Amino acid sequence: MLNYIIRRILYAIPILIGVNLITFTLFFVVNTPDDMARMQLGIKRVTPEAIEKWKHERGYDKPLMFNDSEEGAAKFTRTIFFEKSAAMFAFDFGRADDGRDIAHEIKTRMLPSLAIALPVFLLGLVAYITFALVMAFFRATYVDFWGVVLCVALMSISSLFYIIGGQFLISKLWHLVPISGYGSGLDAGKFLVLPVIIGVISGAGASTRWYRTIFLEEMSKDYVRTARAKGLPESIVLFRHVLRNAMIPILTGAVVVIPLLFLGSLIAESFFGIPGLGSYTIDAINSQDFAVVRAMVFLGSLLYIIGLILTDISYTLVDPRIRLE
Amino acid sequence: MSMLFKPVILWTDALIYLLVMVVLAFVWYVRRNEHMLAPWRRVGHSASGMAALTVLVFFIAIGLLDTVHFRPAVENSGNSEKVYSVEVLSLLDVIAEPLRTRVEKTYSAPFAAHLYARETIELPDGGQIREFPRLQFGGAHLQNPAAQLAADVTWRAAAGAGLGVLVWCVLVVLLSALLARRDNERFLPTLSAIRRGATEIPWNAVLVTLVLILSLLGAALALSTHYHIFGTDKVGQDVFYQSLKSIRTGLVIGTLTTLMMLPFALLLGIMAGYFRGWVDDVIQYIYTTLSSIPGVLLIAAAVLMMQVYMETHPELFDTIAARADLRLLFLCIILGVTSWTGLCRLLRGETLKLREMEYIQAAHAFGVSHWRIISRHILPNVMHIVLIATVMDFSGLVLAEAVLSYVGVGVDPSMISFGTMINAARLEMAREPMVWWALLSAFSFMFTLVLSANLFADAVQDAFDPRVRTWPLKAGKLQRTGRGEDPETKPVAAAVKDSSSP
Repeated sequence: MLNYIIRRILYAIPILIGVNLITFTLFFVVNTPDDMARMQLGIKRVTPEAIEKWKHERGYDKPLMFNDSEEGAAKFTRTIFFEKSAAMFAFDFGRADDGRDIAHEIKTRMLPSLAIALPVFLLGLVAYITFALVMAFFRATYVDFWGVVLCVALMSISSLFYIIGGQFLISKLWHLVPISGYGSGLDAGKFLVLPVIIGVISGAGASTRWYRTIFLEEMSKDYVRTARAKGLPESIVLFRHVLRNAMIPILTGAVVVIPLLFLGSLIAESFFGIPGLGSYTIDAINSQDFAVVRAMVFLGSLLYIIGLILTDISYTLVDPRIRLE
Repeated sequence: MSMLFKPVILWTDALIYLLVMVVLAFVWYVRRNEHMLAPWRRVGHSASGMAALTVLVFFIAIGLLDTVHFRPAVENSGNSEKVYSVEVLSLLDVIAEPLRTRVEKTYSAPFAAHLYARETIELPDGGQIREFPRLQFGGAHLQNPAAQLAADVTWRAAAGAGLGVLVWCVLVVLLSALLARRDNERFLPTLSAIRRGATEIPWNAVLVTLVLILSLLGAALALSTHYHIFGTDKVGQDVFYQSLKSIRTGLVIGTLTTLMMLPFALLLGIMAGYFRGWVDDVIQYIYTTLSSIPGVLLIAAAVLMMQVYMETHPELFDTIAARADLRLLFLCIILGVTSWTGLCRLLRGETLKLREMEYIQAAHAFGVSHWRIISRHILPNVMHIVLIATVMDFSGLVLAEAVLSYVGVGVDPSMISFGTMINAARLEMAREPMVWWALLSAFSFMFTLVLSANLFADAVQDAFDPRVRTWPLKAGKLQRTGRGEDPETKPVAAAVKDSSSP
């Protein structure tokens, strides 16, 4: 087991290097640092000195991959690629355009993101599984049929609509909770209710339908027929046998997103004014802060890879038939 | 000899024409092969699928009309040289000329005859009053809007809808006559068979959808000549016109992205599964790496870089429309590059299975070349996966466009799309009194498009997926097992949706 985990972690390293290579190509090769400087400083009135200053402030005033003016190993280490990549792996993301340290920002913003993403994730999981079970229990009846119709309709509604509609209905019309904002400590609770509810609803259609599919697939297996043939009531078949076995694909599908919860959600956070990582990313995109976007891409991939490793481990925990060698 | 207009083929136009030709060739090919026709027949038997297709056909027709672009000639008599406007128009713009050109001053509600905000008006006697000024075009034909408006709107709507129903009746008669002739039946029994749903293709579902569309369309057309039926936006542009224009953007994103990613996914997926060994390792490494970057972030980063690139290369485009179009194309490419990994993984798995099949082993033994085995024996047998992935991705991509445009990494701000409409209107909810019509019409058009795409995709999946099983016990029409929703192979559109809704 430990052996396997170590191997998986080692396998993650070339992938992270690949991710780093892709982001590097995107941010420094497709457009040279000069282009970025010109874009940021304004195309028209920009002097070569201003560009040099901009590049120097960010450490972009070196050759991309290969430095001819240096000796020995420094030919490769005194380059943008090496310096930026090495810093990235040491979680030193540099400074944003407003001068703040990105790594510190990320640390402080993780908690608000998690405060929304975690309840949405847990509540959603419980709610979707419950609905899916009800639909599977009443399969091939009108309950199931209209349930599926509802799911498809929910799936077809833009997530922006849920947020705008929810804000309008609950906050503006009924004045139940504040429209947006965030507080510290327990005070944050009243700000979180609406985003969490909307988050759960907006994911309902696709997830419920998917879980229903898993349940139905499980119910067409032989052991279910055997259980029925033994004379077990349908509810016991469903809850004791089908539910347990269906948890394997459901849990493993859910585990992969757990680390990504830290990233929060782009749209909801910016609509509700929550100072999390999602709104941080959006602000960075809008103000064209390249360093922040690059850091978020790296962080996101890292978390996703951790999620994949956790998924593999969770397989062995929920399904004793699988042994990791 | 000078022309009245100069045809313009934008990048996405050319690709759409290509796509239309590919689809037509595919239809022609399928019609000649019974074994390929069979699953399509099953699609044709699905009532919800056919009703959804009817709606989709209308959307596609509007999208295609909006694809034929040209630059009209500017009238200047002195010069012998013809000068063409810098404005690029489409056929839809010409048809919707009244909608496009009748621009009010600012916001006005649907069916309003007055502006939405009070303005100070100078009276002839020098005094000033604050009131809601009359609209320049909306309801301008009415003498006394307060008294006449409701009756006028009702009458026009009824007339338009009536005309739509009339057209529908003609279509019903034509269809029955055609079917009766084909089956050597009498006219009336055929008509009643259609009504009962006893025909092979569920024509009753199609016709019910059609009568809804035609009456709504008739009413909308009759009203939009004299009113802004969905109101006007901040700069006084007709919201109905904007909604119509958004359709093409949504369709382009939904279809061209797939067109962009198919070559990657097909080539690499089949190669990985077929050759195995180091080829497989390399390709697996590439797609694992790409798919481990969260979709939205990769798209955001790529679009950001594209903006810089377009900013520093202004020579790539000559008009604003060309610029917006190029950006749309880049967006499709970026979405395609980030979304081929899921399909590639599926294709690799399927190819791994297929290459061990006896008929392929036999082909090997006969010395058939790799290329021929792939193109003759493997490719046709993975096409159902490609088709299902294509239709399943479509609706997700349309939804993703809105989210991306909101984030600021979507289409060009000058291009009308559902995303830009929502983005422009989202602050209007906070206004007092509230401006709701732009949001509502963007959302309802998008909902209709996505819902019908989803229903059609379901019908296609049911018909093509060999894993679909019907429930063995009773009336199993509702029971099926899904695929392609494996979380590890989730397409990028779904990933975008996920991170937008926590």
